[in-house]
Amino acid sequence: MFKAPVEADYLSPDSFAGKTLGEISKLPMWEGNKQRTIGELFEIEGEPTAKPEEQSIHLHGDVSRVRRIGSGMSAGEIMVFGDAGLHTGEEMKGGKITVGGNADSWLGAMMKDGTIEVKGNAGDYVGAAYRGSVKGMRGGTIIIHGNAGNELGCFMRKGLIKIYGSTAQFAGVHMRNGTIFITGSSSGRVGAEMTGGKVIVNGRLNEVLPTFLIDSLKPKVKVDGEEITGPFYMFIGDTVEEGEGKLYVSKAANPHLKFYEQFL
Amino acid sequence: MAELLIKNGFVYDPINGINREKMDVSVKDGKVVDKLSGKRKKIVDATGMIVMPGGVDIHSHIAGPKVNAGRLLRPEDHYKDVEPKTEKTRAGVGRSVPSTFTTGYRYARMGYTTVMEPAMPPLMARHVHEELNDTPMIDKAAFPLLNDCWFVLEPLQKGMIEDAAAYVAWTMEATRGYAIKLVNPGGLEAWGFGRNVRNIDDTVPHFGITPKEIIQGLCKVNKLLHLPHTIHVHTNNLGKPGNYETCLETMKCVENLANNDKPVMHVTHCQFSSFKGSDWRTFESGADEIAKYVNNHSHVTTDIGQVVFTDTTTMTADGPFQYILYQLSHNKWINNDVETETSAGIVPFTYKRSSFVHATQWSIGLELALLIKDPWKIYMTTDHPNAAPFIFYPKIITWLMSRTAREKLLNKVSKRARHKSLLPTIDREYTFYELAIATRAGQAKSLGLSNKGHLGVGADADIAVYNVNPEQVDPSKQYKLVRKAFKKAAYTIKDGQIVVRDGEIVKPVDGRTFWVKPELSNPKMEMSPRLKEAFEDYYTVQYENYIVPEHHLTNSHPIHIRTEV
Repeated sequence: MFKAPVEADYLSPDSFAGKTLGEISKLPMWEGNKQRTIGELFEIEGEPTAKPEEQSIHLHGDVSRVRRIGSGMSAGEIMVFGDAGLHTGEEMKGGKITVGGNADSWLGAMMKDGTIEVKGNAGDYVGAAYRGSVKGMRGGTIIIHGNAGNELGCFMRKGLIKIYGSTAQFAGVHMRNGTIFITGSSSGRVGAEMTGGKVIVNGRLNEVLPTFLIDSLKPKVKVDGEEITGPFYMFIGDTVEEGEGKLYVSKAANPHLKFYEQFL
Repeated sequence: MAELLIKNGFVYDPINGINREKMDVSVKDGKVVDKLSGKRKKIVDATGMIVMPGGVDIHSHIAGPKVNAGRLLRPEDHYKDVEPKTEKTRAGVGRSVPSTFTTGYRYARMGYTTVMEPAMPPLMARHVHEELNDTPMIDKAAFPLLNDCWFVLEPLQKGMIEDAAAYVAWTMEATRGYAIKLVNPGGLEAWGFGRNVRNIDDTVPHFGITPKEIIQGLCKVNKLLHLPHTIHVHTNNLGKPGNYETCLETMKCVENLANNDKPVMHVTHCQFSSFKGSDWRTFESGADEIAKYVNNHSHVTTDIGQVVFTDTTTMTADGPFQYILYQLSHNKWINNDVETETSAGIVPFTYKRSSFVHATQWSIGLELALLIKDPWKIYMTTDHPNAAPFIFYPKIITWLMSRTAREKLLNKVSKRARHKSLLPTIDREYTFYELAIATRAGQAKSLGLSNKGHLGVGADADIAVYNVNPEQVDPSKQYKLVRKAFKKAAYTIKDGQIVVRDGEIVKPVDGRTFWVKPELSNPKMEMSPRLKEAFEDYYTVQYENYIVPEHHLTNSHPIHIRTEV
């Protein structure tokens, strides 16, 4: 366990490929307010490859305070055997990151392409845009087997986020396009200010925002080529933004939304 | 203080008529001198390099409440551009609205030594000066916004020019201001009620006067007060198609106030005021008409406000214009300063090559710069950060100096804009001499800063040395070398001290803040007793708190002037 947060700007296949172990261990890395090298903070073994796409990086031990793992990576693979810190896979352009434990907030923030898979839970702002920006996730796939926090897919523009657990509030806030699939429940305010794309909640959703209008009852919905059988209530919104986003909510898991059927 | 000798450089000093002369420049005690006597002098070897006076920027929004609001609005602008602290410099963030220290460092690295903040809301003068105090490396000054202040509008409405002049004189001292700034005259007062003015003959609500009367009135005031700069005008209808007519009318309305061919008006970021067409579809360049007028008249000076294709932040005191921009771009928007005798708006904006309008705007800026024949009449600015952040100046220099450079970009812009652009018909390329006028000498002259913008004996030793050999490098073809040289000055010398070497800060210094201290010739015109009453009646602050005390400025440098009122 690191005493202070570590900024791992160079922990990616792109910066490792084509270097010797000695060169890799000399790459800079900040621990708190001290500049150190990777060699001082990690023990490194194995054989670096010539190209990033062949490079696989395995992180053992507690890296839950290591930030920006795989930041901006374009190819190759990173496997974290345990929890990953903040900003894992931010702005990644390709390749794959697998986290065995939980991932902290800003997982895959502003990512453009590639795949991130988390076996445990993820924090807030999965695939979101950074503060002030309107360019959220622009491609790729994020799969989370556990739960996710607030503002998942904020300003999302393209790609797929799949949550096997449930999410906290504001999933798909400001969403422009792309797909969010939540197998479990969601605590509410799904799709606030969304203007496009689709959000599917297969579990319970206590309340649909009043600015969403019921459109139809769909027997099934397609997610990334796969058909999910419903039936689903389909809502269009967010009308506050004159949006045309689609929100699918499972009929079976949400009997309290039955009153919407009278408007169909 | 040590003596300094800049040896063997190619000197460009347009004010003194020096064009690429191989000569030495001697500096003693922060001033340029004729000869050096001491033996312990420092020598800067400028062999094969260009020596120019330090750069002067006549119009750049670097400090004040709206700049700070812009910083708050744009975290995404900062996080990609972080400057860590070094032994000499402080940490900061940058790009379109950089932090104060970074602003100073970045200007100095490009060889700039004097920068004007052109929009100071009088009520927020204290804030402006606090930020200017924290902007190192450069000399600076701020222009108070005076066109829609009630104390100006009331006497102008009654035709009492002298009363208006007395108030302006008082404001200059109270806010530590330098020149009269007008932004959308009349429109800002109207914006307080959610309205705007349509042209310079429209009536300002509640005051019954027209923008034309405000412009003429303040121009007369400027003459009565003998202020060093002319009135600094951001025209009405800025940023709207067809506004070149408004711009021409604005320039025409002070034609008869000119005497001795001296400029009486500076039309700033002229590119934004040179739009032709009746809407965005029929939008085209009005640069030709504006250039013809400016070429044939000597009472106006202008600056470009050159667009660069990049992401930036627009911020002007023109509240209604910013609202239109918000409606066009659907981006985030701040409306502020409406309660500080002016108004302001901030909208982030991306200029795209593929956009017909943006590409035409880019073309208009260069057309103006190239079609206005006299470089003493048009200066290089980007209206930082409205058309682009100031860090892009070296790029604009290459467009001005090289036809190849600008045509290379012209081939990549919107097809429709390319076909309509006048640029292919223009062969002109700036020489280094003309560039020195457009980036320092002309601006200093227009600002009335007699010690800036030249290297004559007695001038402030603000000098920029650029590592490019004008005898060997042809800027028309080797524009990339020119760009590189102007991006990182080989040396920037501020008040006789080397502050930048090879584009790195070697000595952080504080700059001065210039302001004008008018001395009224008629003591009866003193405003303070009358203003004290008015403050009791109207203002949210006390009279005593409104005035920025001189000790509030870390390096105050008043310029005394004798007025006619």
